[in-house]
Amino acid sequence: MNQYDAIVIGAGHNGLTNGAYLAKAGLKVAVLERNPYIGGATVSRELHKGWYYSNCSYVSSLLRPEITRDLELPRHGLQVVPFGGGTTFMRNGDHFHNFDDHDRLHREMSRHSKRDANAYDRYAADTSLQTKLIRPYLMRTPPDPTSMKPRDLADLLEFARSFMALGEEKLLDTIKFWTGSVGDYLDGYFETDVIKAHIAGSGIIGTALGVYSPGTAYVLLHHYMGDVDGNVGAWGFARGGMGAIAESLSKAFQSYGGEIICDANVDEIIVRDGRAKGVALKDGTEYQADIVVSNLDPKRTFLDITNPKDLPEDVLKKAQNFKIRGSSGKLNIALDGLPTFTGIDPRSRMMGGEMHFSDSLERQERAYDDWKNGTWSKDPYLDMLIPSMTDPTMAPPGKHMMSVFVQYAPPKVEGRDWTDEDKDGFEKSVLDQISNYSPDFRDLILHCETRTPREIEAEVGLTEGNIFMGELTFDQLLFNRPFPGYSQYRAPIKGMYMCSSGTHPGGGVMAAPGANAAREILSDLKRPNTVPGGYADD
Amino acid sequence: MITSSRETMLLTTPFHSRVEAMCHLNDWGNWMGYTTPNAYFDVELEYFAIRSTTGVFDLSPMNKYRITGPDAEAYLNRMVTRNVSKLGVNRVGYAVWCNDAGSILDDGTIFRLGEQDFRLCSYQRADDWLYWCTLGFDVTITNESEDIAGLAVQGPTSCTVLTLLGCTGLDQLKPFGIAHFTFEGAPMMVSRTGFTGDLGYEVWVAPEQAEALWDQLFECGRDYLIKPIGGYALDLARIEAGFLQAHVDFIPAEEAVRPGRTRSPLELGLEWLVDFSKPLFNGRAALLEEKARGSRYRFAILDIEGNKPAEHSFILKGNKVVGTVTSAAWCPTVKSNLAYALIEAPHGKVGDQLTAEIYYQRELHWTRLMAPCRVIDGPLFNPKRRRQTPAPPF
Ligand SMILES: Cc1cc2nc3c(=O)[nH]c(=O)nc-3n(C[C@H](O)[C@H](O)[C@H](O)COP(=O)(O)OP(=O)(O)OC[C@H]3O[C@@H](n4cnc5c(N)ncnc54)[C@H](O)[C@@H]3O)c2cc1C
Repeated sequence: MNQYDAIVIGAGHNGLTNGAYLAKAGLKVAVLERNPYIGGATVSRELHKGWYYSNCSYVSSLLRPEITRDLELPRHGLQVVPFGGGTTFMRNGDHFHNFDDHDRLHREMSRHSKRDANAYDRYAADTSLQTKLIRPYLMRTPPDPTSMKPRDLADLLEFARSFMALGEEKLLDTIKFWTGSVGDYLDGYFETDVIKAHIAGSGIIGTALGVYSPGTAYVLLHHYMGDVDGNVGAWGFARGGMGAIAESLSKAFQSYGGEIICDANVDEIIVRDGRAKGVALKDGTEYQADIVVSNLDPKRTFLDITNPKDLPEDVLKKAQNFKIRGSSGKLNIALDGLPTFTGIDPRSRMMGGEMHFSDSLERQERAYDDWKNGTWSKDPYLDMLIPSMTDPTMAPPGKHMMSVFVQYAPPKVEGRDWTDEDKDGFEKSVLDQISNYSPDFRDLILHCETRTPREIEAEVGLTEGNIFMGELTFDQLLFNRPFPGYSQYRAPIKGMYMCSSGTHPGGGVMAAPGANAAREILSDLKRPNTVPGGYADD
Repeated sequence: MITSSRETMLLTTPFHSRVEAMCHLNDWGNWMGYTTPNAYFDVELEYFAIRSTTGVFDLSPMNKYRITGPDAEAYLNRMVTRNVSKLGVNRVGYAVWCNDAGSILDDGTIFRLGEQDFRLCSYQRADDWLYWCTLGFDVTITNESEDIAGLAVQGPTSCTVLTLLGCTGLDQLKPFGIAHFTFEGAPMMVSRTGFTGDLGYEVWVAPEQAEALWDQLFECGRDYLIKPIGGYALDLARIEAGFLQAHVDFIPAEEAVRPGRTRSPLELGLEWLVDFSKPLFNGRAALLEEKARGSRYRFAILDIEGNKPAEHSFILKGNKVVGTVTSAAWCPTVKSNLAYALIEAPHGKVGDQLTAEIYYQRELHWTRLMAPCRVIDGPLFNPKRRRQTPAPPF
């Protein structure tokens, strides 16, 4: 019998989270996954014997601690281990170390500019003010500004109050921040290129915008609003790779009686009399349920697996116009040993941190120019890490695994599809960039998995390979995500819901969209809520 | 008499030259009169070395006593509450000892090195008490504290690292077992013990071997991401793992001045360490009476809602204060907000719902939080690798 209370399409981490909370409430739930493995963009695979790659997402910070604790993910095998610090290499042979320790960071910044070192405190306070504004809304459904329902009105009022409490000047700063560019924002604090460039990286990761494009200041915030054990903005590795997050979620889900069905490629959501009734797979198999939840991005959800005849015109239009542009690529590399980097002691703790190779906003903007011109960046911005410096399970002893996130790579090359030669060219530009600062790096490569937007879209099912399932610009955030009027996880078909990163609070391995959607579904079913509320910072 | 200022300063351990070189934060504390690092480079990362790779902690300042002679077993059986006769040679046992009133003096570990040969590692200095207890027993007590240097080597890759150091077959050693090896021609003892609740070992050598041991250990451990850890990281690990600490979770009875401030093993949840079938041990009569009458306090591990550590909190049942917190931390591996509390009986049973009155400060502004909490039946951190034999490689 293929009869369930609820079906979740996609075993990404949000689909699994959603399924877990529905199952915890006593529903009979199946999660259907197209791939033979679960996790979506939260996955680890052994593509070279002995080496584990976190093929897509590679670091964790956004994962909501309320969910980790509530679903007992540590008991199901999850351990998140922080790494400290980062480095930006400079063309002149010097570097900038971003230490976690405040006093060491001050000394390092002073080496570049005493004034910047001092301004950092102002920058840190202003930026935490912004994270403090957004963090309380992560585990909540965004209020609908056009609704007259008491809950929406009350939430809106609270939202407005927290903004008004800032006072006029900070409120203006906030509006500027939420719509401005990361470049302009940083210019307001720092004079040193390398310091600005080091921080600005977080404003462009996963985004088809440049450091001077409006909207990138928010993207910076999106990378700072998480925490590891209460250290807001800190990042860590999931021991065993990001797949450990999906694995532990799947165990939690199964512990509540949930069922995961892999190799189940959903073709269409079955709708009868305006109500969701189940799904049909490409192979013809049908599954029935009155609740159908999509873990796919908004474009695929409405333009691919739903029959347009079942949808209102406005949703089709909004889905078509949804901004979901591919901008990133990824290299995962098996290394025969630890590469050396100019100016860094191989025993330094910084070898376990992030490494970047763009030492000015100018270079980052030029990298974006290449994207606009329809090609990959010739001087790419890299977020590079060696997870095996922190997690001994990723590679054999003495060997290493390197994860390289690449900004920018266009969804199409000069308007046409990627070819294998393009992919080689893209790969070369990345390897060249690293080799500039690590002469022995190339000789240590045993295996390299290169993923352009083409591979990310084909394997993970992220439209255009957009990592966040839709740009994180204000027109697609909060009550605008995915579309105005549809931000509360309900699709326009009765019984159909959305739970992916395409919904509030957006992309990243956060699990909040999946959990928030479950709360709305349970409320519609008039079932007791199983989803925890958010922790308060204050 | 004029003494040189050096003599009045804190002592250093046999590992000090190496510890100092790695103590990047230059953050030192005083442990038992020794200069020891609170943290080496980053408390959080040090803590995670224990949980994900290997952390090395210099435990040389521990008090170590050798107890030998025909009556050694009988002597210890008289002194501690557990049954030492059941401890085989080359085995280690956790133990507490009480005064006649059944109040805990200290806790520690007993290493049985031979039929008539034991080593006691205690947190407190115990010379005075150990000598008092010898009356009528044919035993010799030697304070070995300065004669033995010790390192705790703890974490998932610890077995692999020590095997590389020359401890062949170490993976076969069971928890609380002792194995003997040679290091640079001198004896090296390894016990599968620790204060972290993880897979881990303690390595014991003569002070002359200390520096070489440290150097080779870190050399062998490099590919296994070995890191030194300080007192702060260890404290976090021990709270997560459910270990008590003298002076924090109880006051050693000999030091208590105010009436009623001492605690019994029953009140600290350590009844499993008390063997009433032994005909006589210090505190037996008092503990039997307490068992019959019921204890004043219950030791409780609390799982507290929210993420604000319940440091120094009052614990309430309804509106009534029924206890206080002794240790508290947000535990980074189990991702829970845990606290140990001493609760007035009959409250504090497993499953009891209580409230923690938590105070915390943000930018000089204090907030009072009444956080619901629940008494749980043991520490949440209890990984398989802690018990597995053969020990896993990572
Ligand atoms: C290269 C890359 C790097 C990233 N780095 C980070 C990072 O370091 N940290 C971070 O926090 N975030 C990162 N992200 C973002 C993060 O990984 C994603 O936002 C998040 O994993 C998306 O989760 P999800 O559950 O919403 O969707 P997904 O993980 O995309 O899950 C959707 C699932 O649906 C399945 N599916 C698709 N179509 C069908 C169908 N028709 N039938 C059945 N199943 C289907 C897919 O196979 C997939 O398993 C990165 C993403 C990428 C791509």
